[in-house]
Amino acid sequence: MASLISDTEPPTHSNTVSTDLTRRKKRLSVPSSSSSVTTRDGDNHARWRSEKQQRNYSSKLVQALQQVRLTSSSSSPTPQKRGKAVREAADRALAVSARGRTLWSRAILANKIKLKFRKQKRPKQTAIPSLITTGSISGSRRSKKRRVSVMRLSKKSIPTVNRKVRVLGRLVPGCKKESVPVILEEATDYIQALEMQVRAMKSLAELLSGSNSASPPI
Amino acid sequence: MSGRRSRSRQSSGTSRISEEQINDLIIKLQQLLPELRDNRRSDKVSAARVLQETCNYIRNLHREVDDLSERLSELLANTDTAQAALIRSLLTQ
Repeated sequence: MASLISDTEPPTHSNTVSTDLTRRKKRLSVPSSSSSVTTRDGDNHARWRSEKQQRNYSSKLVQALQQVRLTSSSSSPTPQKRGKAVREAADRALAVSARGRTLWSRAILANKIKLKFRKQKRPKQTAIPSLITTGSISGSRRSKKRRVSVMRLSKKSIPTVNRKVRVLGRLVPGCKKESVPVILEEATDYIQALEMQVRAMKSLAELLSGSNSASPPI
Repeated sequence: MSGRRSRSRQSSGTSRISEEQINDLIIKLQQLLPELRDNRRSDKVSAARVLQETCNYIRNLHREVDDLSERLSELLANTDTAQAALIRSLLTQ
């Protein structure tokens, strides 16, 4: 694939950008693929660290970011709004590359659809419940139900481990009302997906800042 | 291990069946965390500590994603449209 790119691109600095991108991707994925061989507890551990998965996510991320750029140029581009839009696009791309096998990915995608309907002030659509497997999700980060659940957690009658698992369940999207083993399993998958998201966004940011400064990449 | 078993006697009886399952999941979680990966001795790291570190780690990752997305939004605003299209075509091939 690297040879294909270098053949079709014109021999300017963009050529070095393309090889640098593939080199950076390989550099990122080589240490992670070696760790995936050692921790083969199941399919899940290798899933988020394979190079194919990273490439898949990166392409989706770039496409989503392109759409964000197009929409934000028309509306009022305050830096916080743009950052949030980028974050939501990245989360959505991450959830899509999870292929709907995990609760948190379904919750992220269903959350987005619910917010869309709420903004348009339509009555509740009954076609949505096929997507939503958890209960009502009222915005994982801006939930108004958070105050009630915090007061419940401060009771000391709940053992420590259960209390911490509940806290963990609030951090992982869509797992607020799940049982303990479900929350733990979702958390393991979610952490690995987040790590991949951070790696991909970091490399993309480095790439963009490198090409912005117009200095020849290494 | 014995500490965890005595704790389970206080809780309801149905949780004892899946206690091993939960412990397995917590061990798996511990191996994911960068802070606790080196301590393989299970009696040193309690389940509560693993869960606390997990929460902290997820919050850290969320914050990193937020910072990165802010940075990306600034970069995308300044990037030349030709270069952005170039990057997209590179990644979708």
